[in-house]
Amino acid sequence: MNFMKATTAGIAFCAAGAVSAAELEVTHWWTSGGEAAAVAEFAKALDATGHTWVDGAIAGSGGTARPIIISRIIGGDPMHATQLNHGRQAEELIEAGLLLDITDVAEAGGWKDIINPSSLLDSCTVDGKIYCAPVNIHSWQWIWLSHKAYEDAGVPVPSNWDEYVASAGALEAAGKIPLAMGQQAWQSSGAFGVINVAVGGVELWNKINVQKDAEAAGGAEMAKVFEAAAAARAMAANSNVQDWNQATNLVITGQAGGQIMGDWAQGEFQVAEQVAGEDYTCLPGLGVNEVISTGGDAFYFPKQGDADIEAAQKELAALLLSPEVQVNFNLKKGSLPVRGDIDLTAANDCMKKGLEILAAGNILLSGDQVLSADTSGQIEDLMVEFWNDPSYSAADAQAKYAQIIGDAD
Amino acid sequence: MAVTDGAGTESARTSAKRPNRLFKNMTAKLASIPMVFTALVVFIGCTAWTIYHSFTKSRLLPAPDKWVGLDQYERLWSTRRWLVSIENLAIYGICSLVLSLVIGFTLAALLDRKIRGEGIFRTIFLYPFALSFIVTGLVWQWVLNPQFGIQSVVQRWGWESFTFDPLNNADIVIYGILIAGIWQGSGFIMVIMLAGLRGIDEDIWKATRVEGIPVWKTYIVVIIPMMRPVFVTALVLIAAGIIKVYDLVVAQTSGGPGISSEVPAKYVIEKMFQSQNLGQGFAASTMMLLSVLVVLIPWAYLEFGGKRRD
Repeated sequence: MNFMKATTAGIAFCAAGAVSAAELEVTHWWTSGGEAAAVAEFAKALDATGHTWVDGAIAGSGGTARPIIISRIIGGDPMHATQLNHGRQAEELIEAGLLLDITDVAEAGGWKDIINPSSLLDSCTVDGKIYCAPVNIHSWQWIWLSHKAYEDAGVPVPSNWDEYVASAGALEAAGKIPLAMGQQAWQSSGAFGVINVAVGGVELWNKINVQKDAEAAGGAEMAKVFEAAAAARAMAANSNVQDWNQATNLVITGQAGGQIMGDWAQGEFQVAEQVAGEDYTCLPGLGVNEVISTGGDAFYFPKQGDADIEAAQKELAALLLSPEVQVNFNLKKGSLPVRGDIDLTAANDCMKKGLEILAAGNILLSGDQVLSADTSGQIEDLMVEFWNDPSYSAADAQAKYAQIIGDAD
Repeated sequence: MAVTDGAGTESARTSAKRPNRLFKNMTAKLASIPMVFTALVVFIGCTAWTIYHSFTKSRLLPAPDKWVGLDQYERLWSTRRWLVSIENLAIYGICSLVLSLVIGFTLAALLDRKIRGEGIFRTIFLYPFALSFIVTGLVWQWVLNPQFGIQSVVQRWGWESFTFDPLNNADIVIYGILIAGIWQGSGFIMVIMLAGLRGIDEDIWKATRVEGIPVWKTYIVVIIPMMRPVFVTALVLIAAGIIKVYDLVVAQTSGGPGISSEVPAKYVIEKMFQSQNLGQGFAASTMMLLSVLVVLIPWAYLEFGGKRRD
């Protein structure tokens, strides 16, 4: 009986919580220092409208948070808004009708015209309807080089991938780790993707990842990419850290020559009060192919079946893309804004490089946008094994890779 | 099927003789209905649901209509990560089973020799069991860390060339996990064994002493056979722990270096929730169930099959 009472009270309480339309629970996995500061900008902006931002931060990476978020949506306990990487992660949730259609907000805000690159909005669109609000652009295609490490080794800081590989011997002789790599699967897979674009070029990347051409994946051009990855593996042999920021720290302290990592790494350099161009150098596209991928984060709004809340959700969606919020958020986060029409004079050197590339249109889709979570998972499994097992030959790995691409949907 | 039919006709016969048998112990039968219901719906029902969906192309959401036959199983058994997981589970399982039983029993036998301060030792040995696998894993990750743990301590003592970093060596990483598992679990097995030893009648000991049988021989020839039920209990508990080992690996190595310390349970979780491929995860969990049944059915047959013949 007591149990029944408690349950009823609980349900009543939840219902009461939901009725006050002003409270929006938002889940995300932005928990590091810079990220939390960036989210606080969203919260501040929402609170200013009279609604309340209820922060539902989930510690751990996206890999930890995503299953929790998705199971809450599927399990009938949806939050009011949630971060996800836009692309194919939410595909089935949309098909199952669990997410709110925000096409009217997008039309009112003229998202079609302001969002640059437009592929970001395309990734939110299913059957002509828009289901998510992109908030930033993150790109993987960067290598971060430590000036201190190169000074100690007595060689100039390289300006592209080939020079970098050539300098590995000098770094090693000076007791440095040429390439810092965390050993987690997503990092192995990400670094491989960067090498793929830099060495193989955009066309090859598109052929494999967008058109899922297994022949190209097993071909001679791709073999060069795998050879380059095997060379990078040898350069990273002595790097035995796990997390990406530990690896970045090796670069910051000059123990390692460089790290292949996305633009979120520059938050770490900022926290360490290092200056781009003086203490560290960033090379987009490894200095070979200056392109950036335009993945990023987006907010989805699970259906609530309550008109008041729906209105508040839509208000939040519009707010996330407003110029002021975009500037404040992205400066804190170190990511690029999704709007091409706002001014980022406060951006640092590396961000400016990114903005230039973006403005020039040298962009490619991100892995999240073109590959299903399942295929990404298989590639991660393959790459983490490849990067950590020196006896795994480039040819064997390529054969397996071609098979995964062949099976991809 | 044949067995059930036999039992059915038998009970039909007896109920014909004594019609009130169905209503005997009515309260007990009523009370067990929730459990019967749970067993049927939750265990049997969900297992059947899982097995069915392992033959489908379910991705993020279950898709009962997308039948693909054995595709998921073919993919599973051609995945290197799964094969490595199975191999790791076999190594971990066999070593953990043998070592837990041996260490648990030895400790229990030593404590049972009426030593001073038994309570203290019992508490010390059982203490690790109070920790969760996550805490155990993190503690051992530090102990085995080459920069802070055993290796650096021994090197500081002067043995400069000493290396012991199982967690960074793909060939022996599973043994690093095994050490933590044994440390955590053997105290619990010890307590069960100790309870079993305390259940042995003092007269048995007196009799063997009169006969002049050495103590070690008494244990092996007389005591252990008498403790059979205790061993079976311990065995079941250890085996369940082995099959579901997951958190220990996540806390210690998260499967690395590379994929060298992956285990099946981790494969299932990650395929289902991170790769958004329910079908593949269900296929893997069905294989796990199958491996349990392969062990369980012959054992159950030996254990319970004999009684029916009596």
